[in-house]
Amino acid sequence: METTNILLAGVGGQGVLLASQIFTSVAIEADLDVKQSEVHGMSQRGGSVTSHVRFGDKVFSPTIDPGEADFLIGFERLETLRNIHCLKPGGTIIYNTMRINPSSVASGVAEYPDDVAEQIAASGEKTYAIDGLGLGQQAGNPRSANVVMVGAVSSFLSLPESLWEAKIRELLPPKLVDLNLKAFHLGREAVKGK
Amino acid sequence: MSKKKAILSGNEAIARGVWEAGVRLASAYPGTPSTEILENVKNYKDIYSEWAPNEKVALEVGIGSSIAGARTLVTMKHVGVNVAADPLFTFSYTGVKGGLILVSADDPAMHSSQNEQDNRNYGRFAKIPVIEPSDSQECKDFVAVALDLSEEFDTPVMYRTTTRTSHSKSMVTLGERTEQSGKIELEKNMPKYTMLPVSAKKRHPLVEERIVKLKEYAETTPLNRVEYHDTKIGVITNGISYQYVREALPEASVLKLGLTYPLPENKIKEFAAKVDQLMIVEEGDPFFEDQIKAMGVAVDHGKDLFPLIGEFSVAFIKKQVRGIAVELKDAAADLPGRPPAFCPGCSHRGIFTILKKLKVFVSGDIGCYTLGALPPISAMHSCICMGASISMGHGMAKVVEQSDDMSQKVVSVIGDSTFFHSGMTSLLNCIYNKSNSVAMILDNRTTGMTGGQENPGSGRTLDGEEAISADIPALVKAFGIKNVVKIDPYNLVDIEEKMKAALASDEMVVVVVEAPCVLRYRISHPPLKVDPGKCTGCKQCLKVSCNALSLEEQGDDSFVVIDPNMCAGCGICAQVCKFDAIGK
Repeated sequence: METTNILLAGVGGQGVLLASQIFTSVAIEADLDVKQSEVHGMSQRGGSVTSHVRFGDKVFSPTIDPGEADFLIGFERLETLRNIHCLKPGGTIIYNTMRINPSSVASGVAEYPDDVAEQIAASGEKTYAIDGLGLGQQAGNPRSANVVMVGAVSSFLSLPESLWEAKIRELLPPKLVDLNLKAFHLGREAVKGK
Repeated sequence: MSKKKAILSGNEAIARGVWEAGVRLASAYPGTPSTEILENVKNYKDIYSEWAPNEKVALEVGIGSSIAGARTLVTMKHVGVNVAADPLFTFSYTGVKGGLILVSADDPAMHSSQNEQDNRNYGRFAKIPVIEPSDSQECKDFVAVALDLSEEFDTPVMYRTTTRTSHSKSMVTLGERTEQSGKIELEKNMPKYTMLPVSAKKRHPLVEERIVKLKEYAETTPLNRVEYHDTKIGVITNGISYQYVREALPEASVLKLGLTYPLPENKIKEFAAKVDQLMIVEEGDPFFEDQIKAMGVAVDHGKDLFPLIGEFSVAFIKKQVRGIAVELKDAAADLPGRPPAFCPGCSHRGIFTILKKLKVFVSGDIGCYTLGALPPISAMHSCICMGASISMGHGMAKVVEQSDDMSQKVVSVIGDSTFFHSGMTSLLNCIYNKSNSVAMILDNRTTGMTGGQENPGSGRTLDGEEAISADIPALVKAFGIKNVVKIDPYNLVDIEEKMKAALASDEMVVVVVEAPCVLRYRISHPPLKVDPGKCTGCKQCLKVSCNALSLEEQGDDSFVVIDPNMCAGCGICAQVCKFDAIGK
């Protein structure tokens, strides 16, 4: 199998790392070589977070270079746009339309662009905008928006549905499993037939 | 049955490796990207592990354990080795009894550091071997090799990772623990362990002989591996760069160095002779390149193509070697950045709001409060290394003429963990030498920036057991400082009045701020609300730089709103509001 590159981008506290963990464990279960990379340290303090997930027959580098991502998974609008140059031609963008103000915007020093969605669409690649927060809420908790995103991406990968479900059961605390399975399926349905 | 596999970060794999290799004691001071090693070691109950107050202490604890015969792990970030360098250089002379590895986690590209130093240089400088893994499997497996080598050659071993090897995850085949048979007992051996001139003079020649023997070992160790493919291009590389090279240049032959000091001269010459073009791909300093050139080997490309600043990548190596660049979509321009900021509710916010207002020079230190240097607060004016704030502030105050000009007055700001690390001696110097500076100790009872680790003030040890909670005001008083002032960081009037009084004093004043970290201890009060009728949209509250606040514009009207999910109810924004528009 050719290497699949998934770049996840969001804000500290959005559950980007848990989502990465679901991808890596599913790929391992499917007997693929997997590498995952992120830089942490100051991310808890509201900074940008990216995580790189790569799987295939043999993976060397743990990071995805600009222009090499098959999937750009944005957990927030602006962070999606910030990483758009990482997408490869013919790649797929799946992003949560929610907005989180950076501190520079909150403090009135900078402005949050009005046309983020338009700029993302202008990339000309297949783009799926998802109301992750709304679907998370529908599943029972807006914090499950990260698993909604995992669900959406899963429908583009030829890995069995049961594997994803099994890993969500394994990785989440028991009392949050049902809610997150619901979030996963809502995400999976949200991109179907579009 | 197939062996157990797991996906581990490099740091998790090192922890597993030391457990498998029979390590008995581990000590460290937290520092990105090394912190998670000890956080994982603590889960292996066969190993005694602890946070030390600084890296020098951590290494000295490790030396004691090694001399007693136990296999030992000491970890730190790259700049931590500077702090531990004093014991390290002489420990190189005494050698070990139980094997000891010192993990130096370097940070090329400075993701979370104040400099980009390449600690392979320490191997050469301290005359100890350096081992570098390139993925998590090697992070685990090389530990046992390093400990065997440490014992066989009677030397501490530097185990160098970088951010990418420490923080990326890959598959690891796990093994089981092997207990070491060597006796752990104190053995009185003055000529080996007591470094006086008389004994050190006898140890130094042994150190030089050891390097010669290690060079022979380097020729045959499986840590150094040649992978011949096409011989048009031959690459000598190490660590994470090996992964990039294999992906970028799959046809190239590679000499992968796992033992990166001392170098295998014959192996390098043999490899160089077999390839048409020799390239050296190493992040950081031209550490191999300079030595290989000194061997008389012709190097076709090294630092001319692969610079000493920052990190490499697959695409970068392709571009430098082949001249092929990937066509990129335009990176979105002029997007507002998302730098880290003080958490909502953080006790540092009010302190820096007032320090800014007072227009003083803030001599800063390393921790979450260093974020006080960033806009819009922008109220920290120097920061060099752990513990330097108080001593630097003292130096400034000694030479700058004292007047009423607030911009020429200095306030040194340091956190609790950094104070325990190396600020205490600075403060002792201040009182001893009659300083008239002001030092603030921001005591939030945790080592915050690295993720909230325990420290001598937090009341718990690494494994969560109850411990002392060092009393900073009592400690400061014991130094002989009379003026110890406590401030409530959530009361701006209190901060301003007491800071003004401290700055007017002609004697040393130490201000202690006791307020636990809201993130670490999950402290939250009911969120505040803005009365849109009273809010004029003046943006004064936004200057305290809180992510819970934002400006909402409706037509010509603008007012501030508070996100109830983020607000911790600390009240700093309400105190700066001139229109009484923010309340419960």
